[in-house]
Amino acid sequence: MTWLTRTRRGAALTGLIGSVLIIGAVYLFTESRSETDYVWPTFGEVWAAFQDTWLFENVGSDVVPSLKRMFIGFFIAVVGGVGVGFVLGSSRVLDALASPVVSFLRSIPAAALLPPAIVLFGIGDVTKIVVIAFVCCWPIILNTRDGVRELDSTMMSSTAIYGITGLSRFRLVVLPAVSPRIFAGMRVSLSIAILLLVTSEMVASADGIGYFVFLAQQRFAVDDMWAGVILLGLLGVALNFLLGVVERIVLRWHRSADLL
Amino acid sequence: MLEVSGVGVTYARGATTTKAIDKLDFTVSAGEFVGIVGPSGAGKTTLLKCMSGLLRPTSGAVVLHGREITQPPLEMAVVFQDYSRSLYPWFDVQRNVVLPLRHGGRKMAKDAALAATAEAIKAVGLEGFEEHHPWQLSGGMQQRVAIARALAYQPEILLMDEPFASVDAQTRAELEDLVLQVREQFGITIVLVTHDIDEAVYMSDTVVVLSRPPSTVQEILTIDLPKPRHQATTKTLPEYGKLRTRVYESIMVPDSRPASV
Repeated sequence: MTWLTRTRRGAALTGLIGSVLIIGAVYLFTESRSETDYVWPTFGEVWAAFQDTWLFENVGSDVVPSLKRMFIGFFIAVVGGVGVGFVLGSSRVLDALASPVVSFLRSIPAAALLPPAIVLFGIGDVTKIVVIAFVCCWPIILNTRDGVRELDSTMMSSTAIYGITGLSRFRLVVLPAVSPRIFAGMRVSLSIAILLLVTSEMVASADGIGYFVFLAQQRFAVDDMWAGVILLGLLGVALNFLLGVVERIVLRWHRSADLL
Repeated sequence: MLEVSGVGVTYARGATTTKAIDKLDFTVSAGEFVGIVGPSGAGKTTLLKCMSGLLRPTSGAVVLHGREITQPPLEMAVVFQDYSRSLYPWFDVQRNVVLPLRHGGRKMAKDAALAATAEAIKAVGLEGFEEHHPWQLSGGMQQRVAIARALAYQPEILLMDEPFASVDAQTRAELEDLVLQVREQFGITIVLVTHDIDEAVYMSDTVVVLSRPPSTVQEILTIDLPKPRHQATTKTLPEYGKLRTRVYESIMVPDSRPASV
């Protein structure tokens, strides 16, 4: 029986069995509810709602705006986070100066930033992008900073010996060496980005998936609501998978190095 | 050519200071192979850092061609013990070797850099592995890459810090002979830091024995064994045994100095 957990194919099969059992249980549960129970729609009803809204009528009106906000916010967080992380990692003095403020800012619960952001930027895209970028940058800043600080001394000695300095040093040595840490930060930030996206769309928006789910609940369209939730789950899985693929390509050397 | 004159290093950590090196004086002539041995903690690696310009000595100076070394000089290359951390895992063998030539102090033209790289890779016997990544190679082969990188940089002086301490005995003997061979081929001066007395005697023209820390020069021995050296024959010569014993006794000599901080 150990092959079920130890081999890749066995693990996939085990996962499939688990999924079938759990989904089957939920299916039987929803089917057993009376037809008047609107809180627990059947799979068929949710699937019908999913088809009606997400294949593909509301993709342009809700999914695209949501993804656009998330990607812009996440992109700003990555670029800004890596930049600030490098600065803090390179200078003990700056890091010490910034440390208390950084600790405070990253401790603010993300959703609490929405009201001030709305006051500052209105209820348009800018608010959501700013909040996502602001909250997502911390894991990337901290990981990048630690990565720069923990640069291997032998590697940096070699680099110094051969006179590799300045931009070459950064581009060819430091950035690749820190990139595993940057990706670790990006993975954490991506989950936060999705969370913040939905929250911000529920609080103040005129479109987006979060807005759709919230509105569906408000107008008792429970089938639509569940369909939206399932879409968000699938989206999360897909985005994480995508980031994983990018990471595997960029860090091919790193993964392989770990195997030995 | 290279003078270590009055070099002393004191590490300060908070209120406590540790004197790693008291005062060292010796010279390395052009073309010479100098082995530096000493008991563990004798500051061998610290000395090498001073010689390569990575660390400024607290007192004294290392002088190359009459100029004090304050930063890593163009005329030097270093091979470290830990090949897995001195090579760049994200580059293949060729890029690892060519990187210092194109983007480091040498600023070579592309063609010249590629030619120097090919020659160095050939010299260490890694032809055909140019597109392998370091992690696809054995430890001994990785250290060959590090040696090739140093050779391609065309240094006058090659510093080696325990370069064979992390490979198995068989590979170690192979790499020792490789270094002796490329030394002839490229005509470079080599300073080898090692804890291995056999290795120091086998490879060197001169062995500098450091004392216990804070270290001083215990003894400087001339190794007049015939060249080229050979793993089997050289090590069976009676002179080899005598020199080996001499170095051993020099290292193991009880510390006669009064205990000091």
